[in-house]
This record gives sequence, structure tokens and C-alpha cells, in this order.
Amino acid sequence: MKLVEDNLRKHTFTHLDALESESIHIMREVAAECKNPALLFSGGKDSIVMLRLAEKAFRPAKFPFPLVHIDTEHNFPEVIACRDKLAADLGERLIVRSLEDSIKRGSIVIKDENKPRNPFQSVTLLETIAEFGFDACLGGARRDEEKARAKERIFSFRDEFGQWDPKNQRPELWDTYNTRVHPGENIRVFPISNWTEMDIWEYIGREKLHIPNIYFAHEREVIRRGGNVIPVSHLVQPKPGEKVEIATVRFRTVGDMTCTAPVESTARTVDEIIVETAATRITERGATRMDDQTSDASMELRKKEGYF
Amino acid sequence: MSNTTQLLRFITAGSVDDGKSTLIGRLLHDSKSIFEDQFSAISKTSEKRGMAAVDLSLLTDGLQAEREQGITIDVAYRYFATPKRKFIIGDTPGHEQYTRNMVTAASTANLVVILIDARKGVLTQTRRHSFLASLVGVPHVVLAVNKMDMVDYSQARFDEIVAEYKVFAAQLGLHDVHCIPLSALNGDMVVDRGENLGWYEGPALLELLEKVEIDHDVNTSDFRFPVQWVCRPQTEEHHDFRGFMGRIEAGEVSVGDEITILPSGRTTTVKEIDTYDGKLQTAFAPQSVTLTLEDEIDISRGDMFVRSSAHPPKVEKEFEATLCWLSEAPLDKSRKYLVKHTTRTAKCLFSRLDYRVDVNTLERHTADKLHMNDIARVAIKTQQPLVFDSYGIDRATGSFIVIDEATNNTVAAGMIA
Repeated sequence: MKLVEDNLRKHTFTHLDALESESIHIMREVAAECKNPALLFSGGKDSIVMLRLAEKAFRPAKFPFPLVHIDTEHNFPEVIACRDKLAADLGERLIVRSLEDSIKRGSIVIKDENKPRNPFQSVTLLETIAEFGFDACLGGARRDEEKARAKERIFSFRDEFGQWDPKNQRPELWDTYNTRVHPGENIRVFPISNWTEMDIWEYIGREKLHIPNIYFAHEREVIRRGGNVIPVSHLVQPKPGEKVEIATVRFRTVGDMTCTAPVESTARTVDEIIVETAATRITERGATRMDDQTSDASMELRKKEGYF
Repeated sequence: MSNTTQLLRFITAGSVDDGKSTLIGRLLHDSKSIFEDQFSAISKTSEKRGMAAVDLSLLTDGLQAEREQGITIDVAYRYFATPKRKFIIGDTPGHEQYTRNMVTAASTANLVVILIDARKGVLTQTRRHSFLASLVGVPHVVLAVNKMDMVDYSQARFDEIVAEYKVFAAQLGLHDVHCIPLSALNGDMVVDRGENLGWYEGPALLELLEKVEIDHDVNTSDFRFPVQWVCRPQTEEHHDFRGFMGRIEAGEVSVGDEITILPSGRTTTVKEIDTYDGKLQTAFAPQSVTLTLEDEIDISRGDMFVRSSAHPPKVEKEFEATLCWLSEAPLDKSRKYLVKHTTRTAKCLFSRLDYRVDVNTLERHTADKLHMNDIARVAIKTQQPLVFDSYGIDRATGSFIVIDEATNNTVAAGMIA
């Protein structure tokens, strides 16, 4: 077996180049084989990386799919501003569907305005898929995020109810992807399945991507509740006895404001975030997503119901 | 971080009894790739189950049913990095549907770690794992002789196992085999060298994974470019732009190279190699690029560009292949299926079923049906010609999947030879 001596490494094709090429290949397979695809775009860092990958896959042409955001209306305003700016700068079509529409229709019944809305995103997503007849949705999920995701295919089949059957997935070999669906069914496609949180940050740095400023350290009003640091917002107000404090924090993920916790950090640049990411001892979701801490299988259950 | 860090994909083959999960756990733990919240979650579960120590296999069991039943259902992918390389581990369950899962995970792997219990030596399952690795053409094999602590770290025992294995591996055509004595339990020769195997002078497992040469795993000489997507922006600015997008599966290409378009056989010259980051003079596998050509030729998805001077691929409507049947529904020879090969999908039928291979004994048996996990030699006819190489020469242009049109399931994986 030939071993590479460190000082003799001559190639310049890095692991990021390898991941990027794989992702571009996946996006082009979707464009070529699916009739009516869409790219799920939230304005978060992973979906911003997805947009750059789509530019690399399809420029100088326009994207062969619209961008779609399922808005919980519990999003951070900085993220929504970034979403709109990026879509406008790219000149690509952005479709936004809101959970409020589903609530008005009666397909979602909300008991408490201030409770996390992630569980309901699936309903509006499935309604949007039906409205436009999408047969494939590109999403920015990664396998390192969560243990149910670690088991998911890159081309993940969903039945006509939008459901994922983890025990009955299509085998996926080489990079020969089976994209076929019957009418009414669809495929969720995850081009950055093999990227890690660290890869994302290194890529954001390398490509100089514009991301919402709340990913960087800033001062923010927070309260401490049940071991979590929770940002104070119009949706989350201190309960009697809780103290509002000013903390220097950044967000590792940007989801529903009521259940996304920031981490204490002084990292104000991408390079500083990379250093922190290399040193952290807590997973991304473990540190920031209170809704995934409710049980071992929270994500799996949401995915079975049609969550991306 | 250096600019030349690479990506290595590897799989581990062996059963729980061989200490496979312990080895992966040790690799992740000693390279500091397990996070505190993950560790506390599996500690809690282990305690709930009344286990004395933390069960590291729980790290890879992602599904509710797996945790409930204490089994692994499907291939799980795990990620870790050292300053030298990024690693993707395909972790395959060791028991039921073994063939299907191992073939799936091995199809993208650069390397397989085959685990042996030093007390038991080379077993039937070692032969099975090695056969499957050779079948799927995994370029590098590491024989990890585990539980050396149970045989007093005996060099004689290690040498004996290695000698036996090397004879068998050579028969299978596995040439690049490296053998490491280790103890996953105690951490000897996994990440750290430990103090018990002073007589072994080769690299520890992680060091080997960091240094194994993988640049030449893809065919570097014969240019292969399956057209994925034709880019026609039809905007003012790019009115006449017609670019052929795809990934270079093998070899390299430069501006000015004469290429042949298959199956038509027309030739033309590469005008430009385009990427979002600018034009290139030369591009190589596995880059995704856009090629523009000097001549206007009718080209669509499924066509393949090759360099005219190089060894030509075959262009045929009939070929022989080794097939791994993956579906619960058996092969029905009277039916037509779809074959997806590179970027081309064609109707196909199975014209001959030569024999089935017993993965444990390697004996050949006649067969007129194929069931899940069967490996067989077949002849296939396709409605359109495919442009292919032998799998041994090029994994990308020698492999295909079979799809059942009625269910849209992927029912088989094939390797052309």
C-alpha cells in the first residue's frame, strides 16, 4: 500500500473541491431528470451554501427551479432580510408560503402562538408541493446534523402522503441516483448530505458568502430557562422571576425564534467561527435546538410526517 | 489547515463480536470526534439497558426501531476529520441483508477495514467480506487483526493469520492489502500506538487512513465525460452559448483536445472549459465543469465525450455483468427493467442468467431466479447502446443500477466485465 508523505503532497484538489463537485453533480441530475423541481431556501447558512452551489451548477443560465421558503413567521428578521436580498441579487424566483395561510385554511391548528412551529412546517410544505406539483425538493440538510439524517439517502423518496419510510429506503450505489417517482409522490434531494458543519464554515469563508449577521457574535437580550439561553423577542418574553441579561452570543443555527438558542461566543469573523467550531464539544443541534431535545426520535418523527 | 487535505471514504466490515463498533467508537473517541452531548445521550441509554460500560455502537444506531430492538438496519454515514484528512465512514450492519448493505456502502469507498478476531483467525465471514470488497472493486484493504490483547499480543499469532489471509486475498485479486495488529478495547494501534505491540513497525490504523495514496483510484488516463445537462441560457448576453455540463468521471481534458462523442462517433475540438470561477486550461476527474465545442453537433444528455486518441470504451446493446440483486421481489426474467448507466437510462432485459455465486464458499450454482442478496453472472440486452468500460478499469463507466418501472425501486446493482 502506497502511503503519501506529507511533504510530497502535490495535488490541490481539496476535500471542499471534492464535496462541491459532488453537490454540483447531484443538482444537475435533479435538473435533468425531475420534471418540476424546487430548491428549499430559508436564508440560513446551509441554504446559502446551496445557492452558491446552484450558481456553480447552472450559470451562465438561470436556475432550472424556483426557490421556495416555508415561512413559520417565527423567523429572525435578519434572516428574512438576507433571504430576500440574496434571491433579488441572484435574479431568481422566490416563492414564499406561510404557516399563517395554512392556519387560515384550518389545516394547522395552533394552540399557543408562542410555541415552536417547526412541527407544523411539514403541513405547509406538503400543501406547497401540491399547489405547484413539485416532484423534487432540494434541501440543505446534512447527515452530520442528526442521527436520523445520518441514515437518509441523498435522493430520499416520499410517498403520496409526503412520508419517509426509513426502513424501506431505496439502495443508493456509486453516484448513480434513482430519481423516479409516480405522479403525486416526490423526492427530497440533499446535495450537501456529506458536508459537516466545519465544511460549511470553511466554504462560507472560501467563497466569501454573505450570511445573516446574527451568525456572528453580538450583544443580545437573553433569558436562561431550563439550561438553555433563549433570545428575548416579541415571541419570547421573560416570565415572572426570570431575569433579562445582555450576553455576547452568536447563532449556530437560525430556526424558529422560540426554540433556537444562541451560544455564548466572541467570534466576529468566519475565521474565528472556524476556530470555535474546531474546538466545540457539543453538536450543532444539541447546542441550539430545543425541539430536538424532547426525545431521541424527534427528528425522525418529524421527517416521517413530511418534514424535509 | 493545509490546502491539500483530502477526503477518504472507507467502510468497516465485521460483526459486533469482532469489535467493529468498539473500533469505530475508539477511532472517533481517540480522535476527539465524539461530542459531549452525543456521549451523554448514549451513556444514558446504556445505563437504562443495564450495561456496565457505554455501548459505542449506539452512536451509529439512528432510528427508533434500531434503538428499540438493539439492531442496525441500514448503512449510516459518520464524519470525522484530522488535520490531515476528512473521513466518511460507511457503517454497515453485520447480519441480515449483509450483502446488500455492504455492496451499497462499498460502492463509494476508497478503502475497507476488514476486522478479524485474533483468537478466531480467518473465518467464513472474512472470506465473504473480502469477496464483496473485491467484487465492488474497493481499491485498498486493511485487515485489522483485533483483540490482540486476548492472544498476549503474540507476533507469531498475527503472522500466522496474515500468511493465511494473504493467500486468500491474492486469489480474489486483492493486491493492496495492509495488515495491522490492534486492540480496539485498549486502544493499541488504533489512534495511538500503545505500549503492547512494540514488534509491529507499520503505521497505526489512523495513520494509515491519513496517508494511504488515493489519487490513482480513479482512472487518470482515459478521459470520460458523460453529458449531464445541456446549458442554453438564451439571454442577450449569452445568446449563442451552448455548454455541455457534467462531471469528468476519468482522465483529464484540455482546451484544444480532439474528442469523440459517443455513441454517434462524431469528432470535434474542445473550445473552452468553463466553471463559475473562471475558464480552465485543463480539467480532471472528478471535477464538475462545462465544456463548449468548436462544432455544432447534435448532443444530448446520455452521450459521452472521450478523448479520441485514448483507449475507446465499448458501445454496445448487449453485455455481460456481475449483478447484485437488492430487492425483496425476485428477478423476473420475463420482464423488462430499466438500466441507469452514467447519465443514460434505457429499457433492458436479462437475456441469460449464467450462474449464482455462493458468497461464503465462492462456489457457482445454476440459477433461474435471483433473490435479495444474490450475486450472479448475467447477460443484459438494452434498447439503446450504452457507452461503457469494464468495471475493473473504470468504476464510474462500468457500473449501473437496475430500476423496476412498476415500483420505481432500485432492484439491482451491476458491474460490467
